[in-house]
Amino acid sequence: MSEQDDNALLTRRALLEGSAASALLLTTGMPLRSEAAAADEVSFAVHTNVVTLRINAHDSTLNLDSRTTLLDVLRHQLGLTGVKKGCDHGQCGACTVLVNGRRINACLTLAVMHENDEITTIEGLASGERLHPLQSAFIAHDGFQCGYCTPGQICSAAGMLEEARRGWPSHATHNLCAANIPLTDEEIRERMSGNLCRCAAYPNIVKAIAAAAHEARQ
Amino acid sequence: MAERNMTSNDQIASKNGPGFQQIGQPLDRIDGRAKVTGAARYGYEHIVSDKCAFGYILGASIGRGRIVAIDAQAATKSPGVLLVMTHKNAPAQARFGEPTTATPREVFTRPRPVLGDAHIRYFDQPIALVVGETFEAARAAAGSIDVRYERLQGDFEPELCAATYRPERTNAGFATDTSAGGFAKAFAQAPVKVDATYTTAFESHNPMEPHAAIAQWEGDRVTIYTGTQTLANVRACVAGTLQIPLDSVRVVSPFIGGGFGSKLIAHADIMLAALAARVLQRPVKVAMTRQQMFANAGHRPLSIQQVRLGADRDGKLIAIGHEVCSSTARFEEFTEQTGVFTRSLYAADHRVTRHRLMRLDTNRGEWMRAPGEAPGMLAVESAMDELAHALQLDPIELRIRNEPNLDGTSLDPDRGIPFSSRNLIECMRRGARLFGWERRSARPGAIREGRKLIGHGMAAAIRPNYIGPSRARVVLEPRGTLRVQLDMTDIGTGTYTILTQIAADVMQMPPASIKVELGDSQLPTTAGSGGSWGAASAGSAVHDACTKLKRQLLDLPGIPPGGLQAEGSVTRSAEYDRYSQHAFGAHFAEVAVDLDTAEIRVRRMLGAFAAGRILNPKTARSQIVGGMIWGIGAALMEQTLLDPLHGAFINHDLAEYHIPVNADVGQIDTVFIEEVDERANVFGSKGIGELGICGAGAAVANAVFNATGIRVREFPITLEKLLPFLPG
Repeated sequence: MSEQDDNALLTRRALLEGSAASALLLTTGMPLRSEAAAADEVSFAVHTNVVTLRINAHDSTLNLDSRTTLLDVLRHQLGLTGVKKGCDHGQCGACTVLVNGRRINACLTLAVMHENDEITTIEGLASGERLHPLQSAFIAHDGFQCGYCTPGQICSAAGMLEEARRGWPSHATHNLCAANIPLTDEEIRERMSGNLCRCAAYPNIVKAIAAAAHEARQ
Repeated sequence: MAERNMTSNDQIASKNGPGFQQIGQPLDRIDGRAKVTGAARYGYEHIVSDKCAFGYILGASIGRGRIVAIDAQAATKSPGVLLVMTHKNAPAQARFGEPTTATPREVFTRPRPVLGDAHIRYFDQPIALVVGETFEAARAAAGSIDVRYERLQGDFEPELCAATYRPERTNAGFATDTSAGGFAKAFAQAPVKVDATYTTAFESHNPMEPHAAIAQWEGDRVTIYTGTQTLANVRACVAGTLQIPLDSVRVVSPFIGGGFGSKLIAHADIMLAALAARVLQRPVKVAMTRQQMFANAGHRPLSIQQVRLGADRDGKLIAIGHEVCSSTARFEEFTEQTGVFTRSLYAADHRVTRHRLMRLDTNRGEWMRAPGEAPGMLAVESAMDELAHALQLDPIELRIRNEPNLDGTSLDPDRGIPFSSRNLIECMRRGARLFGWERRSARPGAIREGRKLIGHGMAAAIRPNYIGPSRARVVLEPRGTLRVQLDMTDIGTGTYTILTQIAADVMQMPPASIKVELGDSQLPTTAGSGGSWGAASAGSAVHDACTKLKRQLLDLPGIPPGGLQAEGSVTRSAEYDRYSQHAFGAHFAEVAVDLDTAEIRVRRMLGAFAAGRILNPKTARSQIVGGMIWGIGAALMEQTLLDPLHGAFINHDLAEYHIPVNADVGQIDTVFIEEVDERANVFGSKGIGELGICGAGAAVANAVFNATGIRVREFPITLEKLLPFLPG
């Protein structure tokens, strides 16, 4: 990690004696430059990096605070607010995006790690005015209510269908060696359980994904 | 303009008119495209004219006491930090006041100051807001704030709460206690008795969208972008807290990422954003973290409920007692109306219900989906199952024998007035048939599949029907587009869609020509979304406005060049005092319990409901199914745990607070009984947003008993409560 723009000064005392939030700080990857100063005057820096992110087939070159998650860059800097923050801890799946075709939680990855990656968000799924089959199926089967988890559900479903197509088994797979894993409701439920929906649209989410998968096979 | 008082004649006239063509159709959600493409903007996501600064909340790390010293020097000097606001420099606000408000209504609008003084009333109470140019800068600086506290002994253990007290009223203004006949003697003499105590846990709403707000000031006027169920509440609370005129506050909330009762009032995110934006003269956005929501965005109180049922040997109830003790906050009272539905559910000559409170040093409990019925029916409908078992009577038959009925009229046992409609028996019979209830074994533990025990359970559902005063405006544009405008919200309930259907039917226009505009306090005021009254309230106002517009049109050759508009309204009619209005239902559940691990899987559920006319079966079914799944959560997994030492909700995230996930939900079927309740509103509809959860958990619990013969009375039924008692 490069160390430029050493313009941040926080004290070790602040870090160590700060309230519960300091524990959060220490886990957010903030670099501690302990070599820099005396016992209670340790400074640490805000690092920035110039990174080009390829998102929905568009390149954006950004000077990024290296602490910034991919999720927060998408939402705060690029205006892609279809990507949702539900927990910021990888526990709800609302921030699911596709990175090189695979689904990940955008809150659990730092943006600076994604130079040269192909990132797809919900905003990049449709072809112009024509919705992605999953998007149409979610509307037709009422696979949501409040809609907040929906972009993550749909991106996750897109990634999941690809995983299933490649024959990756899940906890619900009966025959791990099967060449083709039938995408049963049980498989869909299991594979979509990283995406929480408090409105509990689950039965309709399963129907929507099954319908879109069926359509894709036709 | 004069508010419209609905009469039966109006209702009948409208039904005899052109009839409903759009209403009753499974129209896809109008806002569906916006939601599946990510275009729908929620509270934190609105674009404002100036560059928004980011606020980050720091919460207290003690549960009761006061701040002795707070050192924010490092935070203030931290790069990118614009403001550190604590109780020492926060702008003056109105005082919070007493634990109870003068009227039930004012609890929604009372001042809710933040950073008002050094007192800590609950763990994770906001003690500072750091505002930075970036989220990262604000969050990092918040961690450098040094706080010293004087800690006071708090009450965090409900079990040790010796001193309970009697509140003046329950939530929504119901009587605290009721009694009829002579309960004690009648219960003592009843030949068959159930006397059981059930407990329900703290629960957390956990809407997927964290509570968040953007505040932007222009002179003395502030605009709040947030996710709220009821704009008028937020508007009044912000105005009252900041001591500015109501007209100076605008609230914008076109999309809401779930509420479930946790977005009925303004929370700290809104107030902190408003204060900081005023100080900085720049828009500020603040979101609670998921963790902060557990203490700062409401919870369902825990409850201890004693249910006593006394019956004769034929299963006719003689005595019903439902006595509830639930938690409240020391500084603000909330009395969940857990025993209120019991007053209307079954007949018995001798009845008692009462509510008591235990004061804890937590934040105040709030309205969580079906406040009262959700925890209360877990207990009472479990007790009914226990009684059926004791009587060796089918649970459905037991309930049929206790229908409140006088000379063929269904009478509310408590109020002595007729039900507007009551089709509980039909729900149970139809549900039983569709579910295959006859295949259930009356003897618990009788059905085994390998190492699984299979059980079936049922429970009744009851949920009061409400309507709240609302207004709406319709504007017919010269080119024929109808704009429907009101400050109503769509929290996922389908409001955009059903209002489109209503306007289409009255105006006899295609839905595509109708544009429903919601979520702006500059539009006519409604009752908002809460208590399952949204469709009835906002829908009736839209119906009235369209009816008036149509009358105007009749006298004109066409749409005038400047367009045409009309306002409509609705208020609670006299039918609400003359009839007891409730929706009903019956839940059926099949569970499989693993003999070796005690894992409980809900294989399938079926719910049959009588909720008046169904405005849109697609969105209605979604709401009902969601409610039923909440029942699974309440029965089997949801509990927020309070640390008895520090008063923190310790499992405060979505990894440790378990809500049902996709794999937890098997097959769910629903059926709506054909019903039109002409007393309810112009559509003959009833609220459905909460009906699905009422009794659903009890059906699951009763299925667990039927599977295992083990009655767990401490909800949720987690594995360790079953495992020691399972047969080998």
